[in-house]
This record gives sequence, structure tokens and C-alpha cells, in this order.
Amino acid sequence: MRSLNERAAIAALFLFISGGALALDRAALQKLAAGDNDQKLEAIGVLVAEGDPAAAGMLARFAEGEIEIDGKRVEVVVNNRVRAAVDDALAAFKLLSPDSATRQAAAKALADGANAALFPLVNKALQAEQDPDIRALLEVAAAGMEMKSADKHVRLAAILRLGESSSPNSRTLLSEAAADADIDIRMAAQKSLRAVQYKLAWGERAGLLFAGVSLASILLLAALGLAITYGLMGVINMAHGELIMIGAYTTYVVQGFFRNSSYFDWYLLAAVPASFIVAGATGMILERGIIRWLYGRPLETLLATWGISLMLIQGVRTLFGAANVQVENPAFMSGGIQAFAGVVLPWSRIYIIAFAALVLFFMYLLLTKTRLGLFIRGVTQNREMASCVGVPTGRVDMWAFGLGSGIAGLAGCALSQLGNVGPELGQGYIVDSFMVVVFGGVGQLAGTVYAALVLGFTNKFLESVSGAVIAKIAVLVFIIFFIQRRPQGLFALKGRAVEG
Amino acid sequence: MSRWYGVRGWVFLALSAFILFAVFPILSLKISPENPFHLSQYWVTLIGKIMCYAIVAIAMDLIWGYCGILSLGHGLFFALGGYAMGMYLMRQIGREGQYQSEMPDFMVFLDWKEFPWQWWNTDQFWWAALLVIVVPGLLALVFGYFAFRSRVRGVYFSIITQALTFAAMLLFFRNATGFGGNNGFTDFKRILGLPITTPETRMVLFMSTGLVLLGTLLLARWIVTSKLGRVLTAIRDAETRVAFCGYNTVHYKVSIFTLSAVICGIAGALYVPQVGIINPGEMSPANSIEIAIWVAIGGRGTLTGAIIGAGAVNGAKSFFTQAFPEYWLFALGLIFILSTLFLPRGIVGLFSAKKKSNGH
Repeated sequence: MRSLNERAAIAALFLFISGGALALDRAALQKLAAGDNDQKLEAIGVLVAEGDPAAAGMLARFAEGEIEIDGKRVEVVVNNRVRAAVDDALAAFKLLSPDSATRQAAAKALADGANAALFPLVNKALQAEQDPDIRALLEVAAAGMEMKSADKHVRLAAILRLGESSSPNSRTLLSEAAADADIDIRMAAQKSLRAVQYKLAWGERAGLLFAGVSLASILLLAALGLAITYGLMGVINMAHGELIMIGAYTTYVVQGFFRNSSYFDWYLLAAVPASFIVAGATGMILERGIIRWLYGRPLETLLATWGISLMLIQGVRTLFGAANVQVENPAFMSGGIQAFAGVVLPWSRIYIIAFAALVLFFMYLLLTKTRLGLFIRGVTQNREMASCVGVPTGRVDMWAFGLGSGIAGLAGCALSQLGNVGPELGQGYIVDSFMVVVFGGVGQLAGTVYAALVLGFTNKFLESVSGAVIAKIAVLVFIIFFIQRRPQGLFALKGRAVEG
Repeated sequence: MSRWYGVRGWVFLALSAFILFAVFPILSLKISPENPFHLSQYWVTLIGKIMCYAIVAIAMDLIWGYCGILSLGHGLFFALGGYAMGMYLMRQIGREGQYQSEMPDFMVFLDWKEFPWQWWNTDQFWWAALLVIVVPGLLALVFGYFAFRSRVRGVYFSIITQALTFAAMLLFFRNATGFGGNNGFTDFKRILGLPITTPETRMVLFMSTGLVLLGTLLLARWIVTSKLGRVLTAIRDAETRVAFCGYNTVHYKVSIFTLSAVICGIAGALYVPQVGIINPGEMSPANSIEIAIWVAIGGRGTLTGAIIGAGAVNGAKSFFTQAFPEYWLFALGLIFILSTLFLPRGIVGLFSAKKKSNGH
């Protein structure tokens, strides 16, 4: 089905030109109505070459299966090949639209490969076009069409122009030409192909880089909370993943409040603090109720928090059901920008990278510039001494654990924008976040950041080489070996202490 | 003998052996199904399954209760033993599979023409039995050696063993790994040429499991009461001091870890023919953590506690998952929390504490 926008555009064109319908080529119309598929394609070419806007409305109705000749309606059969040609033709007509966004979309569609019969129209549009972006797209489209020309010089010129473009489609066209029988064309095509591949390779590398940063930002968000609760406080919190899950479900609930209001796009502004508070409060209750009784007994903490995680999972399942719930992106987060040829960067991922950086920045400020941060660092470095100088260590533990849990909630809020939200959301992140913290070095916030980056890039790079599952396994095995080489992580605290 | 157990202990063991090898077989095979005392297939399978878990729990208690190593990857060794046995059982299906081919169904489905290298010789029982012992043992030996040599201990060790089993699970989920992917192995028909679902075969499997359980208990008891056991306990309590006394703690830890893994592998091999399925889900980190809770609730460092814990938790599990399936996770979570908070010495500790206070 064609989108509404397109329909509207066609309808507008149709209204605009309906007066000129009589001027259409009768012979072409006859072919459309009664000819075989090749004749139909040819007729479409003829109609487009005339550039008469009246043809657009007629073709739109033709694609629906009917055509009007001399005031009589005739039913026609349109197969996929013909329909594709009609779609291209309609796109070509839209090149004449006064709206530049419509023109750009049409040019993009044509640049991805189109029927050579549209060349005259594209050429006409190219001469009239002022916008440089659209011009570039049209040149690729025109060159692609000229490649099919019989004239060798036209083809050579087209090959040269394609060499300056950087669309994956020109690569396909050029690699076909690079195997041409004619030596001149072959040489020129190979040269242009190298140039295009060079440019595309940069695009792909940039895409890989972006995917790496994006994964790193997610790992970082998931691991930052753990860097406080485990890294600084030494609590093995196996329910960390479930705190992430609680953050995601809080986002879902907040979204529900905004569901029918006109401010729906801004629900995230409320969801971010809400998920921080809900997850943080849950963490504080857990710390006061259960975890503080287990300080100094890491293995028992591990088992008890695992129990907590099971209960939280089942609790959410009982409240919200076992199926995934739907969290929608606000409008400004859907879609993406095309940074390089063939590489689209989704807005949601860009926002999450920025969000992770922001969370990191505020956490840094909180830990280094505030009184609470000072207390947290003091208690983690030397509990007895902190207690002696009057720091309420118990309450600091509670706030620190709440902070770590709240950041886990923020991670959940961010993750809800990327994928499914379900009761088992957190289980997928628990191993990863522990790996990040352990890899970076326990108690080292900077280490956590570097570890997230290294693991994010390594994972994405291996993924591009060997596939997702093998990459994941390779990263896990790599960390296992790494920990055996450097048990203190990437950034070990220097010292001579023998651990207990 | 007296080093292992006192008179009461031996009487208790003899009684258990009598129940396992005489009472249960008679109840299951000789008494007609109409009789209320008849032991149905459901119970034979359930008790057999729980005995397999109890073997794993003893293996876990050996390293955690006595040597202070909390492995969260023991489910992996269990599953590896299970997969080794599963390969043999798959070969025993022969041409009775859905596609009537020599190859297991999933290989026909994937359009494989010959067995991959992992399957070499797996139609021989002795080879499968060897794999059951060698694969988990070798993995534990290599992994343990590198981990303990670089002094990875405590929680670090727990976390990397968890990563190990997680990685293995991902690996086994792939079809290309050659072990049936998601679905694993199932629909077994025969073992050693005997049909696998008859009550007699089931009883033989049940009794072998009982035999292995008692044997494992005695072996573990022998180890922990020996000099070796003393060193292990000392490593648990003050590893650095033991090392300063001139013991190479790495060797001790690697040996006990490897032994523990081998025991798990054997338990897995006994589990698969009784339960009739093995899939990568057995390697999920959750399963391995559950093993630790069996030992914790029963009482660490007691061996009998491990058996009691495995029985209690799994008994509760099969009760809950039938009666109130939605509350099982709540119950399990509560068991985790309450046993760590209020039962640091487990069920066994509860009783021995009572006995002591009575004696005063």
C-alpha cells in the first residue's frame, strides 16, 4: 500500500493537471490498456518523456487497475514489474513538485535504481533543480540510467560521475560495468569502483564505530549503577538486572498516564526521574531490609540478592503479566539521520549515547563535589575511620545503594526505548554488567567507562566478522582469560596488600 | 570405617540402601498398580531425578562447604555429562526417528550428510561413558588451573564461572555447534539395546543412581575426613596461611574442583535417560545458582545437608509447580533470602544446635 502522504501528493498533482488530460498520447494509452507487459513499460516511458503532469494522475489510477480512454473506463491487469515501473514514474513526476522534501524523497528513490526510460524526465528535473543535495542524488540517478545507454561516450561519462558518488547502488552498477566486454569501459569502471568502495568503506567503518559507541553507552548505563553498589560498596547485587527492569516498567506506567494527552511526546521527561526514584527506593528498601545484614559475607549476599531478583521477576509477572509490554518512542526519537552513504543513525541511539554521557557526568559530580559523595568515598575507603569522625555509615550505605539502584532504573528507562520490556529484561544484562565492572577494575569508575567502551567496540567488531553469538562468546571467553591474567581488572589499585 | 561414620551413621546408610535397592523396586515392580502402595512411574522418575540433584549437591558441598570455592558454573558440568550421554542415546534411536535415518532427526532437518567430529564413536557406550568423565573433568582441570593459579578467588571466581556457563549456553544454542540447538536431545528409545521407558529399565536406572549417590557420599566423606580434607578446610578458612605453611594450595583446589566437576558430569549422565531430555537451558546461570542454594539450605560442610537440601528444595519445587505454579519463584526467592539471613548453617545446623543445647 502506498502511504497516505504519497496518495495526497498524487491527488494534488491530479487536481492540478486534470484540465490537460486530453493532451495525453492516445497511442500510449492504448498500449497501456491492451498491450503486453513490454509494451506497457514502453508506453510508461513515452508518457513520462512527454513530461506532461497529466500523466501522473492517469498512471496512479492505472496502477490501481483501471484506465480511461475517450471517456471510457477500461479494466487493466498490472503485474509487479509494471507496478514497479509505475511507482518509479510517479516518483519521477514528484521531482517536479514545488516541495523540496518531496523532491528529495523522490530523488532518493530514483537514485536507488530506476527504469532507464525515465531519463528525460530526470534530466529535465536536474536542469531545473537548485538544491545541491537533491542535485547530487539526481546526478547519481541520471548516471545510473545513462549506464544503460548504447553510446560508449555517454556511458564513460556516466561512469566518471558515478565514481564521485557514494551510494551503495552506484557500487552495484559499477561492479556490473567493471566486467564489461569493452576494455575502456572496464578500466574506467574499475577505477570509479575503487573510488566508490573507498568512500563506502569509510561509511561502513563509521557505522561500525557508531554501533560500538551505542553498545558501549548501553553497557555503561547498565554497569554504572553496579559500579557503585559492587565496585564501591562491594555488594554482589544479583538483583541489579531486576532494578533495570523496574526502571523500564516505571517508564511503561508513566507512559500510560500520558497516553491520551497531547503531551505524549514529553512523557520521557517525567519517566526519567520516576524510574530513578522508583528503582532507587526499591534499592534502599532492599539495603535496609536484607542486604545490610549480609555485609562482609559476599557469597551469602550473592545468593540472597539472587532470591530477591527471582521475587521481583515474579512480582512484575503477577502485576503486569508475563508478556512483554509496549513502550513507544516519542516522535522525536523515532527515525534517524543519514550520516554516511548507506548508514542511518537512529535518533533513539543517539539520544541514549547523550543520556549515558549525562548520567556519567552527574554521577561524577555527585561523587566528587558533594558531601554525600565525600561520605560515600570515605566509607568505602575506610569504614571504621569514617565512623570515628562522625560519618553515619549506615545511612551512607543506604543512600549509596539507593543511588546505584536509581542509576540502574535510569538504564531501564533508556533500554525501554530500544527493545522489548518484559519481566526477564534484567536477566540479559546481569552477566554483561558484572563483566564490565570486573573488567574495568572493581572500585574504579574510570575503569568502568573504559571497559564499557572496549567491550562495546570489541563486540561490534567481532559481530561484523563472525556473527552475533560467536562474538558474544568470544568476548566472554576473552574476559575470563583477562581476569585470570589481571585479577584486579584493567586499572588495578597499586599496592602491596595481600587480600584476606 | 569408623572414620567415616559412627554406628548410627552406618545404620542409617544401610537403611537407606535397603529402601533404595529393595523396598522401592518391590513397590514399583512387584505390587500391582491398583494397590495404594504401588510406586508409580511418576514417583520413580521424580525420586531418581532428585537423587541426581543430590549427587550434584554433594559435589558442590565438597568445593563450597569444605574448600570455600563457590562455583556458579556447576550446571555446565552437569549438562556436559548429560550431553555426552545424550549423544549415545541419540545414536541408539537408530532408524526409529521421524525421518527414519541413521542420523538424529535434527541433523536430517539441517540437511547434514555425515556426523560432525564431536560425534565420533558416540555409538559406543564405553566411549560415551568416557566422555561423561573426561569432558567435564578436563574443562574443570584447565579452567581451574588457570583460575586458581592467578589467584582468582571468592566472588571473582563465582562470576567468571557464571560467565563460563553463560557462554557455553550461547554456544550450545547454536545449531552449528552440532548438539541440536534450542531443542537439544530428546525422544530417546533405547539404552544399551533395552527400551528406555519400561518400568524395569527405569528401575535399573533408578538403582544405579542410588548406588552412585551412596558411593559419592562415601567418597566425599572419605575425602573430608582424610588429611586432604583437613588441608581443604584450612584453605577455606585461611588460604594465605596454608600457603605460607608450604602447601601448594593451587594443586589442592584444582584437584577438588576437577573431582567435583566429574561427579557432576556423572550425575548429568544419569539424569538424562531418566528425564528423557537435555537442552542448553540446563546451562543457564539460574540453574547453577540453584545448586548453591540446595547446599546452603541443607547446611554447608555437612554432606548429608547437601542431600537434604537438594531433596527439600526440589520436592518443594515439584509440589509448587503443580499446585501453585505462579508462586514457585516467590517461594524459591524466599528460600534464598531466609536461608542466608536466618539459617547460616542450614537445616542440619538447626538440628545439631538443638542437640547441643539439649545436652547442656
